[in-house]
Amino acid sequence: MRHVSEYRTDDVAARLAERIAALVEPGRRYQLMEVCGGHTHTIYRHGIEDLLPAEVELVHGPGCPVCVIPMGRQDDAIAIAERNEVIFTTFGDMLRVPASHGSLLDAKARGADVRIVYSPLDALRIARENPDREVVFFAIGFETTAPSTAVTLLRARAERVANFAVFCNHVTIIPALRAILDSPDLRIDGFIGPGHVSTVIGLRPYRFIARDHRKPVVVSGFEPLDVLQSVYMLLRQINDGRCEVENQYARVVREEGNPQALRAIAETMRLRTTFEWRGLGFIAQSALGLRPELASWDAEERFALAALRVADPKACQCGEVLKGVIRPWECKVFGTACTPERPIGTCMVSSEGACAAYYNYGRLGRRRGRVAAAARAVP
Amino acid sequence: MCLGIPAQVVAVVDPELGLVKVDVSGVRRTVNTLLLEAQPPLGAWVLIHVGFAMSMIDEDEALRTRTFLESLGEPYDTELDELRSSRVQ
Repeated sequence: MRHVSEYRTDDVAARLAERIAALVEPGRRYQLMEVCGGHTHTIYRHGIEDLLPAEVELVHGPGCPVCVIPMGRQDDAIAIAERNEVIFTTFGDMLRVPASHGSLLDAKARGADVRIVYSPLDALRIARENPDREVVFFAIGFETTAPSTAVTLLRARAERVANFAVFCNHVTIIPALRAILDSPDLRIDGFIGPGHVSTVIGLRPYRFIARDHRKPVVVSGFEPLDVLQSVYMLLRQINDGRCEVENQYARVVREEGNPQALRAIAETMRLRTTFEWRGLGFIAQSALGLRPELASWDAEERFALAALRVADPKACQCGEVLKGVIRPWECKVFGTACTPERPIGTCMVSSEGACAAYYNYGRLGRRRGRVAAAARAVP
Repeated sequence: MCLGIPAQVVAVVDPELGLVKVDVSGVRRTVNTLLLEAQPPLGAWVLIHVGFAMSMIDEDEALRTRTFLESLGEPYDTELDELRSSRVQ
């Protein structure tokens, strides 16, 4: 395992950590949610929690697109993949996500033609190369990824690639944050906002969090120093009683986002009335479906799908992890029945899932932290 | 899958379709630039995600991000493997 201390950023990280510690007001706790799974990965991979004072707690949010796809949608994906005429294309992350009867990987082992693609454009190429097969692309992801699906759909339409379809599961981050903010379980003092989603949507969509919910937001980059600086900026806001949307990642994220990407989404997709999120339940207007004029390329129109709501396994507590109500190690099956090799819940599948990140990187650091804390407690 | 990866534009493939060839830590593949305001010039740095350039970045940011991603190890290696398998047209 390699930690922050092994990098040239060592001194800067230590200085930032000191400045953060100096901001902690006596008797006060600071609970900050990092919305994006990429941040969760950085936090555990680089031992950020070890650098923070005990009063600052990082809570993991719902921003892992693999983690939030509900069981029923995964069942539908597998049902499509198992059709004889179908070549089912997917990002590698979705292969091991458990559904009611195994994963896409299990379906592949049973003979389904499931292929990993790097880009939706690769799925479109496979469709061109296999005109006698139906090629379906399993589209998942937040606003970062939706524009790529959108441009691919526009290409498919322009070239009249009739044997290509998209099973659209793109979700939007703002309604999920709204659901968390409206939750009675809420215990968050501020948000570390997602960097790459914000390159597309810009800063404006977060303003309601500051204005209506009186919580500060800092949109952050993904390096350890970015996350530490964002924590520092949030603590400054909280201590000053300010609630603003600040941009720590200004070297990439622009205030207005990416207008081309937003236009491509608007041209091909529309908000669904409601969509189920694993663990969070149904959230109004929280996902994108294809516009009716693209029905010919919509897998939901082309195939009769069960579209059922399927409950998560009873033992799984991904929902509470995704809402930040419990930490990964507080789940009943964490690291025992549920491991990255044999995941029960989605948070253990993706490397950006809180449970997998903690399982792979966080445990040792936490143990070391506990030892250090115990050593400090000895007079 | 959410990684944004710095890539340098090394050739124009098809201006009409917005396709350019980029170099990512030595892996050269075609990506789509239609999500950018304008096609990036040769030598420019972009952040790519699932076969699309998502934003222009400067060289300092690109090199710094690449160093960070390389430090991640396995997730970046997986991303590069998947990129290697890509044949975007």
